[in-house]
Amino acid sequence: MSKVNAILQGTLNWVDERFPLTANWKAHLSEYYAPKNFNFWYFFGSLAMLVLVIQIVTGIFLTMHFKPDASLNASGVPVAFASVEYIMRDVPWGWLIRYMHSTGASAFFLVVYMHMFRGMLYGSYRKPRELIWIFGIIIFLALMAEAFFGYLLPWGQMSFWGAQVIVNLFSAIPLIGPDLSIWLRGDYVVGDATLNRFFAFHVVAVPMVLLGLVAAHIIALHEVGSNNPDGIEIKKKKDANGIPLDGIPFHPYYSVKDIVGVVVFLMVFSIVVFFMPEGGGYFLEYNNFFPADPLVTPPHIAPVWYFTPYYSLLRAVTYPLLGIDAKFWGVIAMGAGTLIFAFLPWLDRSPVKSIRYRGPLTKWLLSIWVVGFFILGFLGTKAPSYAFFGVIPGAPVAQILSVYYFLFFLTMPIWSSLDRCKPEPDRVTMK
Amino acid sequence: MTCDDTVDCGRRRLLVATAAAGGVAGVAVAVPFVASMLPSERAKAAGAPVEVDISKLAPGQMMTVEWRGKPVWIINRTQEQLESLPKIDDQLADPKSEKKMQPDYAKNETRSIKPEILVAVGICTHLGCSPTEKFKTGADSGIAADWPGGFFCPCHGSTFDLAGRVYKSKPAPDNLEIPPHMYLGDAKIVIGEDKKA
Repeated sequence: MSKVNAILQGTLNWVDERFPLTANWKAHLSEYYAPKNFNFWYFFGSLAMLVLVIQIVTGIFLTMHFKPDASLNASGVPVAFASVEYIMRDVPWGWLIRYMHSTGASAFFLVVYMHMFRGMLYGSYRKPRELIWIFGIIIFLALMAEAFFGYLLPWGQMSFWGAQVIVNLFSAIPLIGPDLSIWLRGDYVVGDATLNRFFAFHVVAVPMVLLGLVAAHIIALHEVGSNNPDGIEIKKKKDANGIPLDGIPFHPYYSVKDIVGVVVFLMVFSIVVFFMPEGGGYFLEYNNFFPADPLVTPPHIAPVWYFTPYYSLLRAVTYPLLGIDAKFWGVIAMGAGTLIFAFLPWLDRSPVKSIRYRGPLTKWLLSIWVVGFFILGFLGTKAPSYAFFGVIPGAPVAQILSVYYFLFFLTMPIWSSLDRCKPEPDRVTMK
Repeated sequence: MTCDDTVDCGRRRLLVATAAAGGVAGVAVAVPFVASMLPSERAKAAGAPVEVDISKLAPGQMMTVEWRGKPVWIINRTQEQLESLPKIDDQLADPKSEKKMQPDYAKNETRSIKPEILVAVGICTHLGCSPTEKFKTGADSGIAADWPGGFFCPCHGSTFDLAGRVYKSKPAPDNLEIPPHMYLGDAKIVIGEDKKA
């Protein structure tokens, strides 16, 4: 046994002299000290990595059978659409791999939204973690691009008309808009050229960008250290060896804790994959079971659930401004709605980071914002003419909530500094 | 930049010039890649005109043909439908078709060459969905009690009349596009071409 150990140690030494394997293991896992008071909300970072891996692995295997081709096959069905049906019906276990990928898309957004909300609750974007947050927002944008490009590939009715609407958003930009949208499509309409390039973006370009950004996100995190539910810096209190008193090594403490999160997540994920892969029409939409038809728009089109809050922001703008069409300002509102998160580190002027020590003003305004975000998301799945209980028209509600959405951020420097905060503790608490 | 013992300004200038030249070369290399995403020669050539036989299109009927990958509607409007057009001018954004969404020969009350036959690109000018026909008038249409017949876009709720003119205060900014077209005899239309013989 000691001989085996000696060989293993020798091999490790040989590697360490050529590549900092042990040094990296220590820096990022066994000697990366994370606050000891992580709670439920801290599962979602590692879960996002898990979903990323699921998407990459299932994606590789789907690519082996999928054909990005909009031309019609001998039976008059677009080849791309037919190849997805082929995966579902004829490829051994193809249905499982595809349902894992389609469910993974929704799971990714669910996990990332929870992860972002954790940051908002505990002020994880505040100094010195501004860059972690900004890398995270760029990851979020890349994820939206990835989802959008991927959604065209099955070449169903929602794929086609969703891409048609989103690409046409760019045509709203003054002067360059129409040419820009032709350049994006590679044709005068969404067609084979569009399908092929979206495939290239979805399987090569955006995933590489995502992986690079995730690396930057984690390198930045491990440089400054993790925030925690109390929003206080554990590095301020260190022991004689320079180790934070309230820190515990990520491995084995949090690697083991995260396994619990992974198991629970996989249970929920499996229930969806095996018993409700269509997610009630929210994960896989009804109209996408029809092949793309450039001549007929389905009677009701709506984006997948994770885009609907922003879709509501887009639709909320109905007035032209400065002589430019309302649709341009709708696009601006949607873009601003996602980018505004990036400014949180500078908008938030509160003396404390965590929601635990912030006053009633913050708690109320944030709660209303969350409810508004859900209602915007709900309205985004409905037709513009939707009315709650058939009487309260949805469109003005969406407009009011859209204004609130932005006012929440834009007035944050005022209300966050006015709020009556509680004193932060010296050391982390274990509530 | 101050030149002293530690900074050799000649070399520094050479470095800046090299970096600038390299940058220009880098941008130049991006051109073919960016340009490769434009419509190919084949995509440009695919926009050939389409010939349509409308002899079987009865009054009140509509047919859809594909031209350049887009739906083109041909509608044979009834006398009653034509008479409804001028009555709703005040509800429309551009009743006189002032914006150039049609060839000059279709810039008239019916937006067509022959009054009854409307040829229009069935793509909403908002974000490119294809509106659905709502020819039923009145409350039966599900749109409004005084609906005179027209089109409804399912995506964002824009409405158009039977000449493809857009209603006011709707997301769509313009009337539906009238494609270049001409008649070859009484019952044959060419879409995509309008050589005045």
